[in-house]
Amino acid sequence: MSQPVMVAPRLQVPLSSGSRWAYLDNIRKNKGPFTDEESFDASGEGIGAMEKMRILVIGAGGLGCEILKNLALSGFRDIHVIDMDTIDVSNLNRQFLFRHTDVGKSKAEVAARFVEKRIKGVSITPHNCKIQDKDEDFYMQFNIVVCGLDSIEARRWINSTLVDLVDNENPETLKPLVDGGTEGFKGQSRVIFPTMTSCLECQLDMHAPRPAVPLCTLATIPRQPEHCIEWAHIMAWEQEKPFPKLDNDDPEHITWLYQKALARAQEFKIIGVTYALTQGVVKNIIPAIASTNAIIAASCCNEAFKIATSTNPSLGFEENYMMYSGNDSIYTYTFKHEKKSDCPVCGTTARNMELDPNQTLEDFIESLAARPEAQLKRPSIRSEQRTLYMQSPESLELKTRPNLAKKMGDLVENGEEIGVSDPSLGSVNFKFRLRFSRPFIPASERDY
Amino acid sequence: MTEVVTNPTPPILHGPSDKEKKYDRQLRLWAANGQQALEDAHILLLNSGSGTVGVETLKNLVLPGIGKFTIADDAVVAEADLGVNFFLDEESLGQSRSERCVNFLQELNPDVKGEHFPKQEGDNIEKLLGYGRQYTLIMYSLPIEPYTLALIQQYGQQYKVPLVSIHSAGFYSYFQIHLPGCFPIIDTHPDSTATTDLRLLNPWPALSEFTRNLTKDIDNLSAHEHGHIPYLVLLLYYLEKWKESHGGFPSTYGDKKAFREFVSEGARTDNPEGGEENYDEAVAAVLKTVSEPSLSSSVKDVFEYQPTAEESDSSFWIITDAIKKFYGKHGELPLPGSVPDMKAQSSVYVELQNIYKVKARQDVAEVLETVRQHPRGKEIDVNEVETFCKNAAFVKLIHSPDSSADTLKEITGMFDEQALLTMMPLSLLPIYLALNATSHVPSASTSEIIATISKTVPEACSDPRVVQAAEEVARANGGELHNISAMIGGMVSQEVIKIITKQYIPIDNTCILDGITSRTQVLRI
Repeated sequence: MSQPVMVAPRLQVPLSSGSRWAYLDNIRKNKGPFTDEESFDASGEGIGAMEKMRILVIGAGGLGCEILKNLALSGFRDIHVIDMDTIDVSNLNRQFLFRHTDVGKSKAEVAARFVEKRIKGVSITPHNCKIQDKDEDFYMQFNIVVCGLDSIEARRWINSTLVDLVDNENPETLKPLVDGGTEGFKGQSRVIFPTMTSCLECQLDMHAPRPAVPLCTLATIPRQPEHCIEWAHIMAWEQEKPFPKLDNDDPEHITWLYQKALARAQEFKIIGVTYALTQGVVKNIIPAIASTNAIIAASCCNEAFKIATSTNPSLGFEENYMMYSGNDSIYTYTFKHEKKSDCPVCGTTARNMELDPNQTLEDFIESLAARPEAQLKRPSIRSEQRTLYMQSPESLELKTRPNLAKKMGDLVENGEEIGVSDPSLGSVNFKFRLRFSRPFIPASERDY
Repeated sequence: MTEVVTNPTPPILHGPSDKEKKYDRQLRLWAANGQQALEDAHILLLNSGSGTVGVETLKNLVLPGIGKFTIADDAVVAEADLGVNFFLDEESLGQSRSERCVNFLQELNPDVKGEHFPKQEGDNIEKLLGYGRQYTLIMYSLPIEPYTLALIQQYGQQYKVPLVSIHSAGFYSYFQIHLPGCFPIIDTHPDSTATTDLRLLNPWPALSEFTRNLTKDIDNLSAHEHGHIPYLVLLLYYLEKWKESHGGFPSTYGDKKAFREFVSEGARTDNPEGGEENYDEAVAAVLKTVSEPSLSSSVKDVFEYQPTAEESDSSFWIITDAIKKFYGKHGELPLPGSVPDMKAQSSVYVELQNIYKVKARQDVAEVLETVRQHPRGKEIDVNEVETFCKNAAFVKLIHSPDSSADTLKEITGMFDEQALLTMMPLSLLPIYLALNATSHVPSASTSEIIATISKTVPEACSDPRVVQAAEEVARANGGELHNISAMIGGMVSQEVIKIITKQYIPIDNTCILDGITSRTQVLRI
């Protein structure tokens, strides 16, 4: 007897049968056992309010493409997306809104047009620029911000900007921030209520930078293929300047670095320099796949949906962070990251810092880049008494430059507080109370 | 002196191919052999219900370049599909859902072939599964008709094809992997910090000689030379000295702490830095690297497993046998042969690397010889033996599940007891029970769900958490939420990639997602 291929009978949709959002409305129009009845509005008004919300997506890359699709299918109608990047061929293995013919075009524009065309009734406004190009008024217009970025700097900037927007008198100024990130089979998603819950800056040490290889290793005793590549990248390029400016995306430039690195590796009998590795080291490439982006983006959008509809409790005030790892089975850990009172963005108190007073200001500045809780590449520093170093304007930089060679012990007292800021990260202002880790030996008493 | 091991073929000076460019970010995870496995695969999706979770899964397989996929689904696109499924549009209304989804999915990657089913009148499930072994893996979404399910399961058994079932409704979802037999993995990609294996307590002659040469005049070495003795050599040197004075190697935690102190006392401090980096590295490495070799539980599991007659003929079990013999003889697994980076002069480090590589090659040669003695041993690729030896400490076996109502009862009986004792988050088993109760119906009310659960695990029905889960499933009324389906679709595609490439470690065997608390749990059911 011939059986139909049908694997299950077609669903009977009881509510507004045949309607576009029937499945979504099962949830939006009916409460569940965990729904908070005070904030949940099952009437058409509740849904109307959600559809009027304006939501901002930061990044139209691997996560961003997924986020746009997910939000459009979550019932959001007014979506904006901001991204300064153009489409590269290596995006096509996961950024599914882009085709080969789109290579070179604006990510934000192509992504917005695609989703708008596919899903009727949704409006997506692209912004083909840097997030730093937009002012407070721009960010003030949104109800929720969802971030799918690969750069820590951009995350820190938007985080401090959203914290700054908050005016306690006006609840409209509080923009929930949902942030996702991936690397290989791993990722994380988190929800931040700026000023109320642990912010991205509070959580910075969860994303420690990779330790840099000392320059002397690169210059004199390379041991790994990466050392040869870094040498070509940092030293050989500077010395020989084969092209006016290094462009990481120019295959000719990468090939030059590759050949330099390869020759050096052969000189030292080091194995393993390849073109792919050269590219990986120079561009700091993080492996990325569609699957992981799908998981993390969907987790972020699920939280945004719950925040917007109160259909179920969202992450945020209790647990606020979910980490995901798919390397060995599937492991997730959902927990509450605590707000830090000494956070340089949402906190007020100073944090203690151990300091070797015998190091120079220049070395101290360099160490700030490597410290997991600071990660400052271009910091300006003030002590209680004076300005120690300013990156800009130029006149101030010139005036403070001589301090770079001075010992920290000559510039600050044990127990003194210093302020460290980095305008490229927005209003990130560290307050460190310095504790000398060793006695300070003034120049006059040094025997070497 | 050791031979200098160099790269046999010099690398070619050309950039990446078009394919390497497109797949660059994933080749860094599963390399060319993983990619080839994906490109050789054909995945069948049997779609049902609101039809999104399987399509979202396929999206993540088409993008990285799976060879071929087929969607079987006889639904006709309705208005409600457009609110949940991204791979349909207004023009699709009234048309075959499988055909429209295949068209839109194929757009994502011109290298991938897509087929839809049914194509013509009279196309049925028997025909779909009647062409013999042509699918690498079958995914089916729930709910499903018992008759269809039985046919798929029969196919999976007959052709040894992994099956993946997926159920997504409202904020809840789970998926389950049904492997057709035991599933061994060699290339598990352990964390790089876990793989350091230096054999410090049992150095072989070449390594001991190298250590003696570098340290024979250690107190008179120049500051530069002393500060560049690789930490590995320092540890070997101080272990020997410790043994002379203590009669044995440091074994307890207390011993090792004392040994650490002993090593750090050897560092010169009369320099501007007030210490030496290589000594700092040595001190930091003591607890991790000074230890007797031991087998991890997953390797023991592989060694103890009794393969069936059919399985034992596969290269994995032939090599396992040879490695077991190796272990029996030496009390150690073959040496992986890699040396972590450490402060050292280039030539010294390269020489040290070569000493480890040469020993690793000798170990491979010994294992290979045993392998070749097996009647089928000649057919086994030397590269496979090499890879196995390199990863020997991290091989892993996923056993095929023996699912039964009893196991479910057993797990149910203890699901929250454990959680309460350990303060772990509560088990997600109630979600599985509630979804599972709707495996063969399009939707169900809370009381219907509870009634179905009571047939298999009656004691669960009085648990308020089971009732709540049933209420939440009933609320969804059989409909998917796009976010939850996209999330579980991402998870399923990760697992499918792991199974097809035989890299990384897949789940064993059920993963439950709670979109309300944003948690997941893996259970063997």
